[in-house]
Amino acid sequence: MQHVSPIREPLVTGGKTYADITEDVCRQVEAKPNMRWMVALGVALVFLGIFLYSVYRTLWFGIGEWGLNKTVGWAWDITNFVWWVGIGHAGTLISAILLLFRQKWRTSINRAAEAMTIFAVICAAMFPVLHMGRPWLAYWVLPLPNTFGSLWVNFNSPLLWDVFAISTYFSVSLVFWYIGLIPDFATIRDRATGPIARRAYALLSFNWTGSAKHWSRYETVSLILAGLATPLVLSVHTIVSMDFATSVIPGWHTTIFPPYFVAGAIFSGFAMVLTLMIITRKTFKLEDYITLEHVESMNKVITLTGSIVGVAYITEFFIAWYSGVEYEQYAFINRATGPYWWAYWSMMTCNVITPQLFWFRSIRRSLTATFIISIFVNIGMWFERFVIIVTSLHRDFLPSSWVMFSPTSIDVGIYVGTIGLFFTLFLLFAKFFPVVNMAEVKSILKSSTGVSHTHNPGASLHGTAPNNSHKHD
Amino acid sequence: MTSKKYILGVFNDEDVLLNAIEQTRAAGTKIYDVFSPYPIHGIDDVLGIQRSRLPIVAFFCGLCGTSFALWMQIYMLGFDWPMIIGGKPHIALPSFIPVTFELTVLCAAFGMVITFFIISGLRPTLKVPVLDVRSTDDKYVMAIELKEGTDISKLNDLLRSHGAIEVNEKEVVK
Repeated sequence: MQHVSPIREPLVTGGKTYADITEDVCRQVEAKPNMRWMVALGVALVFLGIFLYSVYRTLWFGIGEWGLNKTVGWAWDITNFVWWVGIGHAGTLISAILLLFRQKWRTSINRAAEAMTIFAVICAAMFPVLHMGRPWLAYWVLPLPNTFGSLWVNFNSPLLWDVFAISTYFSVSLVFWYIGLIPDFATIRDRATGPIARRAYALLSFNWTGSAKHWSRYETVSLILAGLATPLVLSVHTIVSMDFATSVIPGWHTTIFPPYFVAGAIFSGFAMVLTLMIITRKTFKLEDYITLEHVESMNKVITLTGSIVGVAYITEFFIAWYSGVEYEQYAFINRATGPYWWAYWSMMTCNVITPQLFWFRSIRRSLTATFIISIFVNIGMWFERFVIIVTSLHRDFLPSSWVMFSPTSIDVGIYVGTIGLFFTLFLLFAKFFPVVNMAEVKSILKSSTGVSHTHNPGASLHGTAPNNSHKHD
Repeated sequence: MTSKKYILGVFNDEDVLLNAIEQTRAAGTKIYDVFSPYPIHGIDDVLGIQRSRLPIVAFFCGLCGTSFALWMQIYMLGFDWPMIIGGKPHIALPSFIPVTFELTVLCAAFGMVITFFIISGLRPTLKVPVLDVRSTDDKYVMAIELKEGTDISKLNDLLRSHGAIEVNEKEVVK
């Protein structure tokens, strides 16, 4: 028997039964697409069109279509890459690290968060591939035999580590996500009425029956995958940060980068999860599954990681001064007071000040405030990468090569285009896949609603008791 | 074409189910399988399911990944085409750690998951394999295989007396 705290809030509200969970999650999968979804998909497809056009221009005319110059050789592309990869950290963190810590509140948000991870990594991957200029030769990053070129790849380079880290992260996250989806696809398959839906979900559900033996193995696999994914998720942004930290550019060459980047990644990932979940729970009427308790828990993570990021900014500044290296000192003074001061102070405001508002319980539990702050965090984290990358490069060692960077419309097009790509994928996911992990929510239902004093505890103890289960509809 | 018959006891509650499994097994009846919409904790013990050895598979697959990654990097940069990069030795082990780590995780994860799929017979098919479709929704189904001479009414009484809300018969043609 498990100890249940009388003060802890239930994770599933509304006196749901097991059948209600199936019904509530499958509803939008089975219903015809509604108008709001169609409009949203239409808008996302327009942005996807912008992406495709910008990619066409980049490939046809070359990287000269971008605003890069000989001093600033990395700018929006790498900023966007790091931004997307960072966003892609929350999903696996929620599903893996929180699984190891037995944080049961993860169950109703892990599915969508993992989907978000996968789509964000796809968006991220676009940037280094496009920056190659000749993406049809992208396979040259793999260690292929000498006949392809003259040499093997350089295993001492963080850029190569990135290839391995991101592709491993992507494939392991995908597998983890898919394993979790299999039982839920089986549920949809067994409810499906149309022949196409039944066949499609039968294929997707991999012959799943819910046999006790399979569940036993499934749980083992999930646990081991979580154990493997935990260091993996920490390694990815560590290695991304090494792209910068192992160089000798003032402003990049700092040992604080790995933990600072990982904290920032979790920070921005949780912000994006919140942005999406607040919309999703409203649109799909999932208020009983993604409760204020969930939002508050995520906001606590944002406060923690946001504070770590804030401390890292200050530490960087201190170490720049303390190192006594005048180039390092100049790089930081230039960040805060140079021509890109607005980017630096946007970053400081959005990332250091706004998350501190979550110390107030009323703000942590306010959906409007959370939504606005989550957008601020996303903007702030984009500026963080822009500041690190562009301000460190634009004034290099020779004042004669000092320049400013300004993005072209193609730079902007690719960036907003990936947002279109992301939302296209996410909207398709939200329509055709179960956005909440039904099996996992069912597995915590008994322990998490049995304590509730405000709801009828009989509802959850007897699976099919007819009762007040539609209070919130 | 062979066909098998099953008696399906449908249950409403996981604790009732766990008790019924124990009682059924104590009565000497062999349970073919139990189907549930989510993993039930404690069912492994009462059903006598042994702990999965998949973690061992994961470990050895991971070990293969580690060895392969180290061999690949040492062979390529140390022997096949040695180069001095950044003044480091040809075999610069510290900078081989990231790739080694990633390949270890990749092989461990994929090796384990593929093994899980194979041993559990999980593969894309068009047929609907469940014996009672409600077992992926909100019911727990205990299946007992019917052999020649099994007393159906006795089984029926046994399951019902331990809390089954329904007892059905189902024939599966293979």
